[in-house]
Amino acid sequence: MSKPLLEVQGLKKYFDITGGIFSRKTGDIKAVDDVSFSVFEGEVFGIVGESGCGKSTTGKVLLRLIEPTDGKIFFDGMEITKLSEEEMRKTRRDMQIIFQDPYASLNPRHKIGRILGEALKIHGIGSKIEQQKKVKDILEIVGLPGEHASRYPHQFSGGQRQRIGIARALILNPKLIICDEPVSALDVSIQSQILNLMKDLQEKFKLTYIFIAHDLSVVKHISHRIGVMYLGRMVELSSTEDMFDNPLHPYTKSLLSAIPDPDPDFIQERILLEGDVPSPSNPPSGCAFHTRCPEAMDICKNVRPVLQEITVNNFVACHLYEVEGDNNRNR
Amino acid sequence: MKKPVLEINHLRTHFFTDRGVIPAVDDVSFYIYEGEVLGVVGESGCGKSVTSLSVMGLVPNPPGKIVGGEILFRQHSVNETTENLVKVSKKRMRQIRGNQIAMIFQEPMTSLDPLYTIGFQIIEVIKNHEKISKKTARNKAVELLKLVGIPRPEEIVHEYPHQLSGGMRQRVMIAMAMACDPEILIADEPTTALDVTIQAQILELMKKLNREKSMSVMMITHDLGVVAEICNRVVVMYAGKVVEEGDVRTILKSPKHPYTQGLIQSLPKMNQREERLYSIPGNVPKPGEVLQGCHFADRCSMVFNRCVNEDPELYMLNDGHTCRCFLYGQEGDDLNV
Repeated sequence: MSKPLLEVQGLKKYFDITGGIFSRKTGDIKAVDDVSFSVFEGEVFGIVGESGCGKSTTGKVLLRLIEPTDGKIFFDGMEITKLSEEEMRKTRRDMQIIFQDPYASLNPRHKIGRILGEALKIHGIGSKIEQQKKVKDILEIVGLPGEHASRYPHQFSGGQRQRIGIARALILNPKLIICDEPVSALDVSIQSQILNLMKDLQEKFKLTYIFIAHDLSVVKHISHRIGVMYLGRMVELSSTEDMFDNPLHPYTKSLLSAIPDPDPDFIQERILLEGDVPSPSNPPSGCAFHTRCPEAMDICKNVRPVLQEITVNNFVACHLYEVEGDNNRNR
Repeated sequence: MKKPVLEINHLRTHFFTDRGVIPAVDDVSFYIYEGEVLGVVGESGCGKSVTSLSVMGLVPNPPGKIVGGEILFRQHSVNETTENLVKVSKKRMRQIRGNQIAMIFQEPMTSLDPLYTIGFQIIEVIKNHEKISKKTARNKAVELLKLVGIPRPEEIVHEYPHQLSGGMRQRVMIAMAMACDPEILIADEPTTALDVTIQAQILELMKKLNREKSMSVMMITHDLGVVAEICNRVVVMYAGKVVEEGDVRTILKSPKHPYTQGLIQSLPKMNQREERLYSIPGNVPKPGEVLQGCHFADRCSMVFNRCVNEDPELYMLNDGHTCRCFLYGQEGDDLNV
């Protein structure tokens, strides 16, 4: 049985809203509001949700690229929320990130060799010649010729750039890679190439991924377990099979039913949600979803549901599944 | 018998740049029937957006120019006159644009003017095409907002675009496009920037408008799920050319062109789980790349000698299903597979 590589407890990130002439704090945006989960070694953990639900912020907070407001993050048994910047930099050798936009995340003035070699230089790995060899090797691993190290980012297409983004994350042999929408900027035919590559690399190097995306079919394809976020909160967390065969939370149900299927014979019972996602600066009281939920009850308006285990390894935060007396949490 | 409202024949739109001529749209022909939803599918750079801009007469000139072909617009409301949109005057084009052919764009954030209220922007469209008082125009704007399902339309007309969410802005764009009851609505990736639950709402709205107003829709998208959802017929484009055309069932269930086949196979399936995804090798050709023979030849798994040297034409397979591939050449053509 694998042990958790990453454990997140009660993670919160509030951004201040400032206003007035003295830029006083007038409120906060609760981007991530009390999220807990763990990711096991060798696992692909998917995080899905609509824009503004806090999934990307979660990804960045895990690396402390954004400092969390509250909560604890344990990586490989060590609490990283308390580390100094210098120690954190060293820890990031084992945790890397791939960004969404391959056009914006590579410095256009640097050659690929420098972009990739920079991480090696910072962590002082190997001599200059060894570093150059490593860069070539890593390019070949992600399916680009080694000579391309002397080219500039603009000479590559979107798919090739995303391969470079992957190479940059991979070059330090990390344990965990956070993939923040790695394929959503790519064309359909290129998307499948990159997904296959990521899957191959994961098996080859025994990597752990946190895969953040809004496209459920992509997340389904690559993940073992999936967490669904809504307005900064985790509303459902279960294995991929269970989530797609038997979604529990009303939000997950409507999210799944909203995906247009390319099979014309596949007729779907569609749950159309009314309205928009409320603003995270002023989330609804109680369950954040109650304003759009087709099954909302009175209790939903006042009491915030807790993420609890309903069946083995399936967690959901919804009053519909709460046993009376709320004693099933102690099982 | 249904008649096409829009017929594009051998359209060629080229861009003349410092680095040479880029044939963004190269000999594209298709038609849209009355009350039909036509999907135009393809990846970035395949020329689907330039095709729609050509129809609207909005190709930036210079560097772009329609160098050949014709776009025939048949108005069934006004005693069946046919006009060639490539040839009409600028003044006439302005009468047609927005009035009879309307367009909605991908980015609802950038296609509304942030300095004017929603109401002002809708009224502007109505006043441009109809001679009515400001008051009637305003009432009509409220009606339109109601039609596209915007809550509290009376207040929203006084609000600015930044006060609305992405889905609401796209609804405003649709309301604006519907302002003059157009015969054709061109929708350029209308849901790409939106979330899935909002996308479902917008698609439902477009289906409803298509049904109720029997308006023809040209739906430009790269998402085959959206195509299955809303379209009757599909045109698949690759590198500036139409490679396959047929009704939605035929294209999605039994595609014939290797590109369409690859595109459909490479999608992660929702109702089954496979270990590896099929993928088309190589990259989409860059615009301006000189391509000889079939444009898809270097990525095609069925490629043979003839593909490299000759450009295939569109072969008719059966009723309404055409495909640009030598594999389906007529008898008499010597196929050396």
